[in-house]
Amino acid sequence: MIKKFSIVAAGLMSVALIGAAIAHESQNPAVKARTSIMQLYAFNIGTLGGMAKGEMEYDAEAATRAANNLVVLTQIDQSAMWPAGTDNVADPSNRALPAIWENFPDVGAKGQAMVDAAAVMQAAAGQDVEALKGAMKGLGGACSACHKAYRAPKN
Amino acid sequence: MRRLFSLAAVVALVVGLVGMVLTRPQRVDQAQLDGITPDLKRGETVFYAAGCASCHSAPDAKGEEKLVLAGGRRFETDFGTFIAPNISSDPGGGIGAWSVLDLANALIHGTGPNGQHYYPAFPYTSYINMTTEDVASLHAFLATLPASATESMAHEVGFPFNIRRGLGGWKLLYLEPGWVVEGDLTDQQIRGRYLVEALGHCAECHTPRNGLGGLKRDQWLTGAPNPSGKGRIPGLSADQLDWSEADIAEYLKSGFTPDYDSAGGEMVEVIENTSRLSDDERLAIAAYLKAVPVQRKELRSE
Repeated sequence: MIKKFSIVAAGLMSVALIGAAIAHESQNPAVKARTSIMQLYAFNIGTLGGMAKGEMEYDAEAATRAANNLVVLTQIDQSAMWPAGTDNVADPSNRALPAIWENFPDVGAKGQAMVDAAAVMQAAAGQDVEALKGAMKGLGGACSACHKAYRAPKN
Repeated sequence: MRRLFSLAAVVALVVGLVGMVLTRPQRVDQAQLDGITPDLKRGETVFYAAGCASCHSAPDAKGEEKLVLAGGRRFETDFGTFIAPNISSDPGGGIGAWSVLDLANALIHGTGPNGQHYYPAFPYTSYINMTTEDVASLHAFLATLPASATESMAHEVGFPFNIRRGLGGWKLLYLEPGWVVEGDLTDQQIRGRYLVEALGHCAECHTPRNGLGGLKRDQWLTGAPNPSGKGRIPGLSADQLDWSEADIAEYLKSGFTPDYDSAGGEMVEVIENTSRLSDDERLAIAAYLKAVPVQRKELRSE
């Protein structure tokens, strides 16, 4: 009896563990796609930020390449990556708030602000490190504006 | 028996009088303000470092609208709902008619022009450490901002917290001048301490509070429950925030974390202010945070 109970308990536990592992990352291809774009942003901004902070030596060409990538990223049409039912209520494995689907015009305006900020960085990145530093603020502001309104806190 | 009764009455009267004296709203001496020449540029820095607009701009104000300090944002707490008042330059709706002394009394002692206590939702527990030069400069800067005639709304606070005199007792317990982080600090860390402990009032969110809403100063900047009920406001001492000083300064400028995620939540509004400071000021804040004592884990209130 006890043995049977332990087997059932172990079985339940592994189901729970697998559940937790799945919950960690969304399996929805649309969510995966948009999350990948965010990672590409972070990677390229990382190059620019490293130079802005003085952790990396300023290199006009590398900075320009990173900034060009940002501009390309802002040009990707993401409309198929935000299907209904992929908000954090329907799919708790991601942090997209339902408000996104209720405020498309505002989301679009914030997206345009990101396009503009990337263009400013593209013009600044190759000039010198001071220009690059100056453009970081606008870039971060554009990211944060959308994250504050439309992304759930981490925990 | 009768004698005992009179004695008790006298004792009660004395205690009452002492209580009235002790809980009396405090004021700044005008002499401390004489001879100060306000500096607008300095006032602007104080304005952004102290984050005035984050609470006093209208709800949902964006961009330039944030310079209209019309009030109206609601702050729900365990003690009631506080509604930020109009502090715009309008002489009727705002504080345009206030003297430098009025502003100094408000910021440093939490005392209003009519001698009333303000609720500590207004972080005078931090501003008590402001210099009078900064108060006078802020006064001059606020006068340059747009006016709004919007009427301030009354706080929604129930008994017993609606008895403002009681705040005199609260102030006796929790309003004290002086620095939390002391010891051998560099000039940069001392500047950072002023920005964090006096103007920035970071501890108001990042330090846990006791049942009466007083800050646990022995757990300074070690993080606290989020008043919204969800999650936790992170600790900033070096054991909890292992970012480099450059990382902290960049975060306060652009909002990028060391892995180039961006800030979210309330910190976005804070960064709108800190992004207006100079690189030197942001680096000073970072240098100060590295000097905040690390608390033993078991002392932390989770």
